[in-house]
Amino acid sequence: MTRHDDTLQATRRRFLIDTAALAGAAGIWLPLATGPASATPASMRAAIRKVVGEAPVTKGRLKIDLPPLIENGNAVSLTVAVESPMTVEDHVKAIHVFTEKNPQPNVISVQLGPRAGRATFSSRIRLADSQKVIAIAQMSDGSFWSDEIEVIVTLAACLEGV
Amino acid sequence: MARALINVPPKAKRGELIEIKTLISHNMETGFRPDNTGKPVPRDIITEFVCKYNGEEIFRAELYPAVSANPFLTFFTIATESGTLNFEWTGDNGFSATESVNITVE
Repeated sequence: MTRHDDTLQATRRRFLIDTAALAGAAGIWLPLATGPASATPASMRAAIRKVVGEAPVTKGRLKIDLPPLIENGNAVSLTVAVESPMTVEDHVKAIHVFTEKNPQPNVISVQLGPRAGRATFSSRIRLADSQKVIAIAQMSDGSFWSDEIEVIVTLAACLEGV
Repeated sequence: MARALINVPPKAKRGELIEIKTLISHNMETGFRPDNTGKPVPRDIITEFVCKYNGEEIFRAELYPAVSANPFLTFFTIATESGTLNFEWTGDNGFSATESVNITVE
C-alpha cells in the first residue's frame, strides 16, 4: 500500500513538473516564434548610450506624462515636460524618448532651443507591450536628465498583420 | 499631397508664449507588420519634421516607426515678431510636405 502510494505520488509529482516545464517552455517560446525581434532592455541601453555617450544621466528635472493603463497601444498621447528657464545660457537642447519592448528602442527625438520658451512637447506614439518608457533631456551645459514610467498596454501596436 | 492641419494663434503679444499644434495625414507604416503572405510590409514613415520662424529653426523632431499614424506634434515658442512659420515634413520614398502660417505680433 505504502509502496503504491509512493509511486502514485511520484507520478503526480512528475506530471506536475512536466506540465510546468511545458507551460514555461510554451510561454517563453511562443512570443519569440510569432513576433519579430523586439528591443530588449539591453538594446534600449545601447540606444541611450549612443545619445548620451559616457556622460552620467541623473533622474529628475523632467516629467513624462503617459496614461498608466493603455487600452489601445496604437495611439498613446505622450507629453514630456522639462523644467528649464529656457534662456540662451541655460536651455534644453534635445529630448529623446525610448522604449524597452517596441521593435526599436527609439521613439522620437526633438531638438529645441532658447526660442522655444517652454521645453515641452506632445505627440502620439505606439506601444507594443506593457513596458518601461524613458525620456532623456540634454541641457545646454551638457548634462543629461531622465524620467521613466511603467505602462500597461492591453492592445499592442505594430505587430499585428494587415 | 498629404493633408496637414496647423494650429497657431493668428495674433499674439510680443514675448508671449504660444503653443503650436501640427497634424499631418500619413499612415506611418512601421515595416514590422506582416501582410497576408507573411512578409513584412516595407517601412514608409515620416522621418523628420522642422519648424522655422521667419527662417530661423525653432523646433526639429526625428520620428521613428513608434510614432502613431497621422503624426501629431505640439510644442511652444515665443512670439518675437510678425512673420511666417514654415513647417516641413520629410520621409521615406521621397515624401515631402510643407505648410506655412502667418502670425501677427503686436
